[in-house]
Amino acid sequence: MENNDYIIEMLNITKEFPGIKANDNVTLQLRKGEIHALLGENGAGKSTLMSILFGLYQPTSGVIKKNGKEVKINNPNDANDLNIGMVHQHFKLVECFSVLDNIILGIEPAKGLFLSKKGAREKVAALSDKYGLKVDPDALVSDITVGMQQRTEILKMLYRDNEILIFDEPTAVLTPQEIEELMKIMKNLAREGKSILFITHKLNEIMEVSDRCTILRKGKYIGTVNIKDTTKEELSKMMVGRDVNFKVDKKPAKPGETVLKIENMTVPSKMHKNNAVKNVSFNVRRGEIVCIAGIDGNGQTEFVHALTGLEKMTEGKIIFDGKDITDASIRERSKSGMSHIPEDRHKHGLVLDYTLEQNMVLQRYWDDEFQKNGFIKQSAVRKYSQRLIEQYDVRSGQGPITIARSMSGGNQQKAIIAREIDKNPDLLVAVQPTRGLDVGAIEYIHSQLVAQRDKGKAVLLVSLELDEVMNVSDRILVMYEGEIVGQLDPDKTTVEELGLYMAGAKREKVPAQVN
Amino acid sequence: MDNSTKKNKKIDISSGILSVLASLICIIIGLLVGLVILYCINSENALDGFSRILKGGFYLKPKGIGTVLAQTAPLIMTGLSVAFAFKTGLFNIGAAGQYTLGALGALYFALVLKMPWFVCLLAAMLFGALWGAIPGIFKAYFNVNEVITAIMFNWIGLYAVNEIIYKGVIGDMYDMKTTKTYTLRSTSPSSMIPDMGLNNLFKTKSTTIAIFIAIIIAIVVYIVINKTTFGYELKACGHNKEAARYAGINDKKNIVLSMTIAGALSGIGAGLYYLSGVAEWNPQVSTALPAMGFNGIPVALLALSNPIGVIFAALFVSHITVGGGYLPTKYFQPEIADVIIAVIIYLCAFVMLFKGMVLEAIANKKKKKDAQTQTSDMGKGAAE
Repeated sequence: MENNDYIIEMLNITKEFPGIKANDNVTLQLRKGEIHALLGENGAGKSTLMSILFGLYQPTSGVIKKNGKEVKINNPNDANDLNIGMVHQHFKLVECFSVLDNIILGIEPAKGLFLSKKGAREKVAALSDKYGLKVDPDALVSDITVGMQQRTEILKMLYRDNEILIFDEPTAVLTPQEIEELMKIMKNLAREGKSILFITHKLNEIMEVSDRCTILRKGKYIGTVNIKDTTKEELSKMMVGRDVNFKVDKKPAKPGETVLKIENMTVPSKMHKNNAVKNVSFNVRRGEIVCIAGIDGNGQTEFVHALTGLEKMTEGKIIFDGKDITDASIRERSKSGMSHIPEDRHKHGLVLDYTLEQNMVLQRYWDDEFQKNGFIKQSAVRKYSQRLIEQYDVRSGQGPITIARSMSGGNQQKAIIAREIDKNPDLLVAVQPTRGLDVGAIEYIHSQLVAQRDKGKAVLLVSLELDEVMNVSDRILVMYEGEIVGQLDPDKTTVEELGLYMAGAKREKVPAQVN
Repeated sequence: MDNSTKKNKKIDISSGILSVLASLICIIIGLLVGLVILYCINSENALDGFSRILKGGFYLKPKGIGTVLAQTAPLIMTGLSVAFAFKTGLFNIGAAGQYTLGALGALYFALVLKMPWFVCLLAAMLFGALWGAIPGIFKAYFNVNEVITAIMFNWIGLYAVNEIIYKGVIGDMYDMKTTKTYTLRSTSPSSMIPDMGLNNLFKTKSTTIAIFIAIIIAIVVYIVINKTTFGYELKACGHNKEAARYAGINDKKNIVLSMTIAGALSGIGAGLYYLSGVAEWNPQVSTALPAMGFNGIPVALLALSNPIGVIFAALFVSHITVGGGYLPTKYFQPEIADVIIAVIIYLCAFVMLFKGMVLEAIANKKKKKDAQTQTSDMGKGAAE
């Protein structure tokens, strides 16, 4: 019985949605005690496949087996009974509950009518010791870091004695240090006999931790490979269907005149009493990509909001194209040639209940191209969005009339990027433009940023990804606790040195103006 | 490309039909509950009473129909008022207060200033707009929830208007003999909305072209919401305020404008009612807010905030309200109609649920079909 090797098998799974075949005859076999990566581009059907395993969707056809026996998973409770647990990309935690309360939520141990948390506390402590999952059981979830929230989610699964652990893009929200920690935890779990399904599109992470990898492309099963016998290049080729260029292809920058000049900008924080951005000055020239690097939460968000007009600054000046726009409205800044790819695509980037075409004109609906006497030219909007969809390869179920909410994250991001780049701005402010995207899309977006630069436009990139910072930018500014603490040339520096600046261990005086 | 747009249209239409279907399910269940209540009160006459409610205005042709039309016009306006604010993510519970102010505007310009009807209507609109703008300003600039402000301004509006009209018996508009405002017919006939022969047709006194004015305004509101950049901005604010700000839309301005327009629509509603001479304002008994304002909420809900749907929802609500009035008072209270409406309104909250259920039923049917074809396919595969 060779089937006994596998703890979970998903055989010939097909799942259809209106207008789209999300999974087309996909087979996934998970061995006991292995870390099995599931790799695919955005919209390749990874999340759908996992949702089927977790009981959120029913497959149109196909069979799921556990330990060789066929099972039906009608809802997450069934999945739990089969010892399948999942850490979702967006955590499912009650913010105002403590870590311990979140872990026991749903299976609270009780004595009569009263909770008895003592046993639970001991079990959680034992588990967190065994697997190296450091948490403070009494801290409120709203007060702890994203990394600790994730560890809480993992403890939730372990507390329920789950054997099969699904991680849905677990590293998307973590800092580099937290990612390293998570990799260690995953290896620990596998060593203790847990079987792990690891959904991701970050090839480095797959190469580092997984034993095997199953690749999906556009809903179809491409193959399963042993990580030992493969390379990053081969994996990405299987995923995208062509060779992928990891090194960003670009000529040396030829900076021109200054487009953006920021003088002594200070922005108050909404979280605490101190200023989030302190006395920041620098300039951005035509034909260069300036990158603001830093660990999340060091004032980058507030800086971008003040630059684009979403927040007010208390001190300083912004000179854009020679004009003082310190007090200009968001619309005026946008009109004068500033584009903004926002950090949070759901909060700022899209009106999720609008259709794709309505979102495509979000920054330009008032333009004469799309309206006459206050009436929207429906056919012009349709035509324009169809062009953008084609040109930027935005995939969706129903084309221009797809509701944005129903699109995959990567395609939502592509839609925003299409909209912002197509405005042909003098300055493109891109905040983590590749967050949560696959290598194919990242390659494309990076080439678009470089193309903007080569057209003589200025690009201001804000990124947390070290690879992106090193590969794409022409000049790196490091932001630490609201201040610019270093200016680096990506060709002359190393990741290690950059890390020192980002952690605040090293700093230098940065000139306010570069010519 | 032609093909795809055709397909898109099909999807649009079918989702529209679904919405109508869901609202119809609510109505049917509401009516059945009404029937059960009638049976509980008096089983012998239940069916007779129920048929009177169902027939509505048609029970007493043609007068009843005229009455329904006269009642529908203001109801369309308050329904539009609530629906319009919903589109911007605001709950305009202040339609009653805006309606009250609209009534004052219409009556003052008609009875005291003796202006022609369209000027009076304009005054009603402006008075209502002012009362709508206030909660909007509080919401936009002081972050005070519009529901709280609107409820307070409902009562402020009601008592202020009553006091202005009554003025301790000496009010210019107050007729001591009837304890109501003077009738337009006797005081200022030129302020009456013209009836274009409708009163003769239906043998009524107050069936005017108000209903047509309301329908035209509903169509205009539909166009504004769905076809203009202004509507695009309003809806963007309603769906996602942050994204609207990011797109350079002035969200504060839009909140104030949305509430102002909602108020104006309610004000027009009052104008259409009082300038048609359906009734006179009674400042002594009117310690309760006009029901017309609150009934706009169920109308908007039943119509899923679609301005065209508001026309039909308002027609339906006044249809059974008038029908309720024809119940034999020996056995039943006319408020039975209100109970039925109340049940329907309650069920309106489930419209989305019904919509989901209908969708699921369709999907299940399709799935069964697919499963059949698939099992036969699989059978083939196994045979191979």
